[in-house]
Amino acid sequence: MPRGREFILMLEEVNKTFEGFKAISNLTFYMDEGELRVIIGPNGAGKSTMLDLITGRTKPDSGRIEFGLDTDLTKLSEPAITRLGIGRKFQTPSVYIDHTVFENIWLSLEGSRSVWQTLFSRVTPEQRARIDDILKTVSLDGKAHTLAGALSHGQKQWLEIGMLLAQNAKLLLVDEPAAGMTDEETHKTGELLLSLEGKHSIVVIEHDMTFVRQIARRITVLHQGTVLCEGSVDQVQNDERVQEVYLGRKRREKC
Amino acid sequence: MPPKSSKAELTAVAVVGVFFIVILPCLNAYVPAGSWLHVSDFTINVYGKYLCYALLAISVDLLWGYTGLLSLGQALFFSLGGYMMGMYLMRMIGSLGQYHEPIPDFLVFLGWSNLPNFWKPFNHFVFAMMMAVLLPSVVAAIFGFLAFRSRIRGVYFAILTQALTYAACLLFFRNSLLMGGNNGFTDFKFLLGYNLNSPATQRGLFVCTALSLLLAYLLCKWITTTKFGKIQRAIRDCENRVLFSGYSTANFKLFVFVLAAIIASLGGVLYVPQVGIINPSEMAPDRSLEAVVWVAVGGRGTLVGPIVGAFLVNALKTWATRAYPDLWLLFLGAMFIFVTLFMPKGIVGLPAQLAALKRRFFAPKPAAPKTLPAVIERTRAIEQRPVAKPE
Repeated sequence: MPRGREFILMLEEVNKTFEGFKAISNLTFYMDEGELRVIIGPNGAGKSTMLDLITGRTKPDSGRIEFGLDTDLTKLSEPAITRLGIGRKFQTPSVYIDHTVFENIWLSLEGSRSVWQTLFSRVTPEQRARIDDILKTVSLDGKAHTLAGALSHGQKQWLEIGMLLAQNAKLLLVDEPAAGMTDEETHKTGELLLSLEGKHSIVVIEHDMTFVRQIARRITVLHQGTVLCEGSVDQVQNDERVQEVYLGRKRREKC
Repeated sequence: MPPKSSKAELTAVAVVGVFFIVILPCLNAYVPAGSWLHVSDFTINVYGKYLCYALLAISVDLLWGYTGLLSLGQALFFSLGGYMMGMYLMRMIGSLGQYHEPIPDFLVFLGWSNLPNFWKPFNHFVFAMMMAVLLPSVVAAIFGFLAFRSRIRGVYFAILTQALTYAACLLFFRNSLLMGGNNGFTDFKFLLGYNLNSPATQRGLFVCTALSLLLAYLLCKWITTTKFGKIQRAIRDCENRVLFSGYSTANFKLFVFVLAAIIASLGGVLYVPQVGIINPSEMAPDRSLEAVVWVAVGGRGTLVGPIVGAFLVNALKTWATRAYPDLWLLFLGAMFIFVTLFMPKGIVGLPAQLAALKRRFFAPKPAAPKTLPAVIERTRAIEQRPVAKPE
């Protein structure tokens, strides 16, 4: 494969085995800057493991994972990877329930992460303006002083996306944002992600096909730790291998 | 915390602070012994002990209530501080011991005729105090560095801290450590030239302890209002998010762990001259467990809670160990279970809990949805509630 200069994320020949179980095998994946990519795949396909590998939570057995032009992610710790501009939203909403919405965003704002700095830093007017902006983007303006624990499930998910924006993440990794949401919330989440497309590169892992159809430009199907196929929604849905994996349908000629 | 309740808390602390720092010592010193207002030397001594325990309780809460790190070994740091003070006090006995030798009695008993080298600098009060800060910090820093770097959390962390204090306890039981073995240090005579047996000295120590507790409280209170304090609680509620926001949570936990060790040590430093003895049983795991009970009873995640808990549980202990010596431990266990199950916010959280109960039973119930669409809407909302998935 030729190495394009515009790739924001690149995984090449990545392998990862957990106690004999091959979670990721020969995974190769490229993503353009500003792209919104949806990854689908049946349970155990290695979707979450892939995010773990990118964010440094687990280290690959072999293969290369690079961010931007030539930053090798396999050597860095999670906080270091995060500081490069890779933000991750977890499957279950992960917000600080005992802090207000405002404080949740404030703690996530990019800036110094040292212990001493945090003992003496205060909210600056610029930060306040930035936080207000972010809260508008994720439709939580007016909730700034609500405790995050009192938000609805959907609002917590948006808050977490807002926290990634506060980190000024170039690459957002979003794991099942629509899980457990009402249809209306799901649709709104889709619109939010679409509005971020271009400004950020976004990887979305999702199961909900209505949601996928709403947001997807390009879909990558993972199966048994490797890429099964890539393409538009229609291409992917009409792909026989994908149907086989999802529905267990045998190909006619083999019957 | 909204500023209003914070203000009320500070006022309450100021009132209680004045009571302990000024009024109680004055009632002890200037009111004649016969008067009903008189506070006896015994009371001053017992309360002084409780104040030291309150310092230990704050250190437990700083870790458990604020950072989500349950340490079952905080009494280790308390004891280390106590031992450092004890070494200085042993040197101040001079030749007044049973053997009338210039070195501590237990060393004479072990056959030593000269002071071991590591004992020598403890002739100086300032050195002993420096060590009381340094030794617990270094122990906490090394242990914390290893534990937090390896991402040891939750119950594993609790078990490791308990093992640490038990190991230290066994170490201090050994005579060959030259720290007094199972008898520890006792028979203290002087502190900075003041006679430890005089009520005035004990009163002074009491005031020092109350002041130290107040300062520790204010320091912790300040920390909870800073960004650091917010990150501390964020680590408690959702460590992964903090980690993936770019903070090295290990550094933050290490800082809190070392700070908590110093606060516990301060408690030990003040405890030993008031109680007059320090031995390895202070490091036994059950001492640390008791401190956890104080915090749970008082109310964890607050700063007033541990102080209230340390006071009440120990007052109860003082009474119960005399009235029903065999039943005390059972009672302590039962209290812990009761508080955990029914009073998750402890005594400090009781008013809010009662208010919520009152609202629940006396408030008019919201009218049940009557129309069919409303019922469907509600059922759907229930069905679509998020189910927590394991990561």
